[in-house]
Amino acid sequence: MEKLSFRHATRTALPGTRASAITGVVASGNLEVLLERNLAPDACHVEIDTAIAGYGEVWAAVVADFVARRQPGGLTITINDGGARPDTVSLRLAQGARLMEMP
Amino acid sequence: MPDKMPLDALLASLFPAGHAVTVADGLISGDGPLGGGRLAVIGIDGEAALGIEGACFLAGRVLDVVRAGGGTPILVLIDSDSQRMSRRDELLGLNEYLAHLAKALLLADAQGHPTLGLLYGHSAAGAFIATALATRVLAALPGAHPSVMDLPSVARVTKLPLKTLQDMARSTSVFAPGLDNMVQTGAVQAVLDPDKPLGLQVAALIADSPAADTRDALGHERGGRPLAHDIAAQVVREAQDRVLREAPGA
Amino acid sequence: MDWKPVSLSSSPFDQSWYEASARARLAGLLDTDTFQEFVGPEQRRMSPHLPLFDLPRAFDDGMIVGRGRLDGQDVLVAAQEGRFMGGAFGEIHGAKLVGLLRAALAVKPAALLILFDTGGVRLQEANAGETAIAEIMRAITVARAAGIPVIGLIGGRAGCYGGGGLVAGTCARLIISEGGRLSVSGPEVIETNKGAEEFDSRDRALVWRTMGGKHRRLIGAADAFVDDTIGAFRRAALAAIPAAPAFDLATLEAEQARLEARLDRFGDARDATEIWGRLGVNDPAAVPGLTTEGFDALLARLPEGPHHAR
Repeated sequence: MEKLSFRHATRTALPGTRASAITGVVASGNLEVLLERNLAPDACHVEIDTAIAGYGEVWAAVVADFVARRQPGGLTITINDGGARPDTVSLRLAQGARLMEMP
Repeated sequence: MPDKMPLDALLASLFPAGHAVTVADGLISGDGPLGGGRLAVIGIDGEAALGIEGACFLAGRVLDVVRAGGGTPILVLIDSDSQRMSRRDELLGLNEYLAHLAKALLLADAQGHPTLGLLYGHSAAGAFIATALATRVLAALPGAHPSVMDLPSVARVTKLPLKTLQDMARSTSVFAPGLDNMVQTGAVQAVLDPDKPLGLQVAALIADSPAADTRDALGHERGGRPLAHDIAAQVVREAQDRVLREAPGA
Repeated sequence: MDWKPVSLSSSPFDQSWYEASARARLAGLLDTDTFQEFVGPEQRRMSPHLPLFDLPRAFDDGMIVGRGRLDGQDVLVAAQEGRFMGGAFGEIHGAKLVGLLRAALAVKPAALLILFDTGGVRLQEANAGETAIAEIMRAITVARAAGIPVIGLIGGRAGCYGGGGLVAGTCARLIISEGGRLSVSGPEVIETNKGAEEFDSRDRALVWRTMGGKHRRLIGAADAFVDDTIGAFRRAALAAIPAAPAFDLATLEAEQARLEARLDRFGDARDATEIWGRLGVNDPAAVPGLTTEGFDALLARLPEGPHHAR
């Protein structure tokens, strides 16, 4: 297991008022993403617990890309990863952001 | 590890004035005198595996006791294998037979027949759940060695080296086989002294047995299950809070 | 807090139960937006034991418990996530269900529903899981004795195996789909311990007709056989609530008689098809291929009365 932590500044807050949401399941090749709206509107923290060590740079790139696209300001995102591929991670992060934007 | 107490020695210590307990095909049934009344006995001897016929037979004896009434306590003596592993047992619904035996014991206890498990040898998995673990109080004798699964099998499933598991088993009680570990989780409430008369110890346990399930509290106290009790209590609290908040006048 | 799973289907009722996550099953089963979770994932009550094995944890430990409404009735619900650690019972996973069953005594729901999806005890937490199963079974009988129907729903990927099979057998009513398998020892466990000649776990047809939903419904191990949709499970759960038997001597005596009769009638049968033939099924080989409609029609034609008890 490896723990990773990323802190980003965003230009805007993620729209919506939902306090939290969860998506995905911890399984082989899959992950769960818990999103909580509890930070300043221009901050986003991502905490990752992954089953597969040694992919810090890949995670950093996937998270940076997500933050740049969605501007998830205000969110703490916590991930339990069972060894998902980067495209699965991107998909789950996008799903999570969409859930948080829902009325 | 101390030797397992043989069943005839156990019964002699339990019923010094004699008894009517018999064993057939590894299945124990009968009764004997206890205090001023009788103690009904069922169980499994000789590390026999528990299959559909055995579970059905034992459940029938438990229901006989309930039907007769009178508050006769029931002692469940266990030295078993796991559930019988066969295609036929599963085809005919082993899960129903094992659950039925457990339900019979739980009904007996709820209807005033205190149930006491006494583990004097091995037990494992479904056979353990259907018998000893379905009693109000579970005691053991030194030499008992319950397990959910043996370490070589755990090694196969978890893909961890056996040596690693053996090392881990020394420091953590939550997965490793053995009596001490089941005591830690709260599943086995008491360990009896084989050198003292078992009848008196059994009578005392029955007299002191708690009406509610205290196993998670024991597991917390003894450290084998650090969180179970708190989690269960928290679910109860949150459920009550939600309902109260919506109650009229709240 | 409320949790909304992602769904691309317009109606959750049409979603496959088998394919859905535990959260999606709950969201679709209950009246829209009525689910409230207890000890939710934001509390991060995760397994204290899995890190010892260098295994990833889940925020809910694979067990989701809470309350909601089923056609307007207040119910308590528990759902296992079969994809996380095979839905297996660990310390927290089990304790959440124990707590829910104890809560039922206080909040008196119209029913308590358990959505099974489990391989049994989580070996990394074996002693805690095994003890939790014993506590759950005791708590189910206490809830049932207090008049609360405890209903089991079985149709997940992991089936309902090991101690999960015993917990299911303690419920007042069971609903199962084609994908649901109900047993104690799984095919792989029997094969590993007793050899492939005892049980060839790769023979999927053998697995389904020995442990699958249709066989379980035919012998009376389950009370209802339903399509693999969330809507079908919902309708069957609603129908099961008023039919739940009491937990008393009369029910268990009926159960004893039912199980003894099964041993007498089918104890020498070699295969499920033989049992189905003796039950009056004219073409046992055709049973696995029947649609739910066809299977219901077959059940209606059989000379057997309902099995009941439990």
